[in-house]
Amino acid sequence: MASTSKKNESSVLFDQPGPKGLRTIRIANIIAAAVFAVVLVLILMRLAAPPDGENQLSWELWKPALEAEAWTDFYLPGLWMTLQASILAVIGAVAFGLVFGIGRLLPNPLLRGVSAVVVEFCRAVPVLLMMIFFWRGFAFLGIGNSSYWAVVLALVLYNGSVVAELVRSGVGNLPSGQREASLALGLTETQSLMQIEVPQAVFAMLPAAVTQLVVVLKDTALGSIIMYTDLLQESRRLGSMYFNILQTLVVAAVIYFVFCWLLSRLAEWLPEKMRQRTAAPTEAEAVAPIAIMDPSNINQIAVAKEVDEKMFTAGAGPRQYHVHHRGSNASIREWRRTRYMQGYDETHPESQVDPQTMEFPELGELFKARPKDGKGSDSGTSGKSAKGE
Amino acid sequence: MDNFLALFGEYDVLGAFLVNIELTLWSALFSLVLGVVLVMMRISPISSLRAVAGGYVELFKNMPLTIIMVFMVLGAYAQLKLTFSDTFATNFFWLAVTGLSLYTAAFVCEALRSGINTVPLGQAEAARALGLNFMQSAGLIILPQAFRGSVAPLGNTLIALLKNSTVAAAASVSTETSSLMSEMIEFHADAIIEIFLIFAIGYVILIIPIGILTTYLSNKLAVRR
Amino acid sequence: MKQHIITRALAAACALACAVSLAGCGASEEGKIRIGIKFDQPGLGFKKSGTYVGFDVDVATYIAEELGYTRDEIVWKEAPSAQREAMLQNGDVDMIIATYSITDSRKAVVDFAGPYFVAGQDLLVRDDETEINGPEDLNGKRLCSVTGSTSAVTVKEKFADEVQLMEQPGYAECATALFSGIVDAVTTDDIILAGLASAARGQLKVVGKPFTQEYYGVGIKKGRSDFAAQINDAIEKMIEDGSWERAIEVNTAGTDYSPNPDYNPPTPTEGE
Repeated sequence: MASTSKKNESSVLFDQPGPKGLRTIRIANIIAAAVFAVVLVLILMRLAAPPDGENQLSWELWKPALEAEAWTDFYLPGLWMTLQASILAVIGAVAFGLVFGIGRLLPNPLLRGVSAVVVEFCRAVPVLLMMIFFWRGFAFLGIGNSSYWAVVLALVLYNGSVVAELVRSGVGNLPSGQREASLALGLTETQSLMQIEVPQAVFAMLPAAVTQLVVVLKDTALGSIIMYTDLLQESRRLGSMYFNILQTLVVAAVIYFVFCWLLSRLAEWLPEKMRQRTAAPTEAEAVAPIAIMDPSNINQIAVAKEVDEKMFTAGAGPRQYHVHHRGSNASIREWRRTRYMQGYDETHPESQVDPQTMEFPELGELFKARPKDGKGSDSGTSGKSAKGE
Repeated sequence: MDNFLALFGEYDVLGAFLVNIELTLWSALFSLVLGVVLVMMRISPISSLRAVAGGYVELFKNMPLTIIMVFMVLGAYAQLKLTFSDTFATNFFWLAVTGLSLYTAAFVCEALRSGINTVPLGQAEAARALGLNFMQSAGLIILPQAFRGSVAPLGNTLIALLKNSTVAAAASVSTETSSLMSEMIEFHADAIIEIFLIFAIGYVILIIPIGILTTYLSNKLAVRR
Repeated sequence: MKQHIITRALAAACALACAVSLAGCGASEEGKIRIGIKFDQPGLGFKKSGTYVGFDVDVATYIAEELGYTRDEIVWKEAPSAQREAMLQNGDVDMIIATYSITDSRKAVVDFAGPYFVAGQDLLVRDDETEINGPEDLNGKRLCSVTGSTSAVTVKEKFADEVQLMEQPGYAECATALFSGIVDAVTTDDIILAGLASAARGQLKVVGKPFTQEYYGVGIKKGRSDFAAQINDAIEKMIEDGSWERAIEVNTAGTDYSPNPDYNPPTPTEGE
């Protein structure tokens, strides 16, 4: 039913238009395009002839913002500083996220609690506040280059806490068989976590980590508020010489956009690659987040993610992921319950709690109902807990 | 403890938080409206609307908020003369709201889009079978369900918005928390940790209820299928 | 197998991190003098065509040459306002010449030589402005200054309590706002304003009635009075042989700016 072709990607919401409909759409299309074009032209005209000040489109102002010297002296050094801070921050964030993400999964309740507090705190405090605090603090302690370290540390703490959640959700999204198998082999809980589950979770979260890289790259621009000489700050400086700050900022904005956009595309492409390496679902977006203090909302988003997002269909496209996935991993105890309440795993009806009665179905009943060819999509026969599609 | 009380006495910390809350609420309202419009455009049959909405979302998702805020002052206000009030403080407040709304609308649109994907195809097909046109089926059938499915991402967007409201400092809003924190540290460098903790804990206190409410609503409103 | 991949990835990440964190350190600084200046202040210290230009830069170069260093032996470092004391205390720089006013609170942590210039707070307005001839005329007008600077507050408290203040992260933003008419004046030290006016293609002017005095000094590490004496001699020589005046003229070209004659040129006696 679902796989609509790209051509009429949104046609679920409206009937395939007839000749009259096509004409209406075409007219509306032209009108809409004309309206946007007019708005754009009006803005440009306003920029060319503002009530006060100069023509912002004149080549006199754009030339110093685009010539070779501007690139070698300002944009490229600024971009390098931005990338330097981003790369270091991403590496730090992954390290921080691994440590505290695993910390939140360990059997020891004390370590779990400490990790939870650290992660939730870092996730709740605005990055800018952390940056200002570290900047002033480092300068106060006499650490040279304080704005650089403040940018890096603030980004590590915030994005690290997001990565920690990704690790946690990555482990939670593994099929429970992974953990059961390793326990059956005689590994301890911690061993199973470290040797079996986390390595797979890392692959599962890589695309989301790349998406997080976009966030890091964007947030380095906050560094300009604390005088870090990143791309934004350098473009402001260039603009101070010829008073063409608007123009230099446009150039900086384009550079930021190109980099972030390319990273976003990379994050979309990565899941394909990563799927071969893990039993967990891989996703480009940092899904699990981020409503604080609660793990269960992952299910909502997980449900939303189950469909192919690129196809613009209302409703389900073909499922991309291993079906019995979300939160079925036993190591995340709370998730298990919520998952079973909200979703239904057709391939493993025996492990599903009925949402009404909160009980497991009778085993005998299941075997009777299960279709011969294994991979049954027919969950309705198991009785009470059908997930209607 | 005396230190904390002295700081509270000297500076209007609660007032600063109030500014951030106001920024957040207005921006949430406007970005929700704009986000709904954008998502309607993205699923509409008119391709130019789809293209514009898609371009808008890509543009604002991949642009640092700081730059948007700076453009609000130096571009929208200084050049395009987008003026809300003759009083600077009021004017910059609304410019910051505009910038935050434009930025957040892209994320609201994405959240709603993921919510739309939770609505089964049959719902749309049934709506069409009943003879509803695009606006009717989108407004009466799809979006109401999509909202329920996107409570969690919308809640996360709201939390991000509250935190992002500190970036209003880049749009010359000088009464909000990050500016006040800078000012306090400037004059009480020895109490820097206390000052940071005041603001950090303030945000934790604001964000926890949003998170809990989001979770509650997303579980309560979810359409069980 | 997967363990190996992760170990390798971590190792690569560590190597990258080390490379990135070391990349900041430039070539050897042995036998060179490190001077902190502003990089973003047109007319005083500004990066241009791979080198640095401005009045502070000229003074610094002159002093360094008097101390026995050639131009090639100067390492320029950026000294943002908030970090100047820390840079001196850590020994990141040998001296700082970056619109650094001599104040008692700063003298508690660093030493100064100089002053090499006496600036005063003034106003920058559009060239066709006729109504604003001093800070008293700012009532009902809009004034821009830089975040964290006290100069706008001084104006509001002492001269015009009905002025509207706008804060921007840098003077260039203020000047852009002035160009486009959303503010009527920018305030800070006159030499900084003169530098801005000089870059503004004749569309901005300095009012020219400074109403405070700021003694710009050369910041050095605490307890180096002999070094201060050497620097003061160099400044004195610079004033005597006319290079000082030339440096001001060159860096404020295109404006009618001249430093406040009641205080300039100053007598450098600080720190000896």
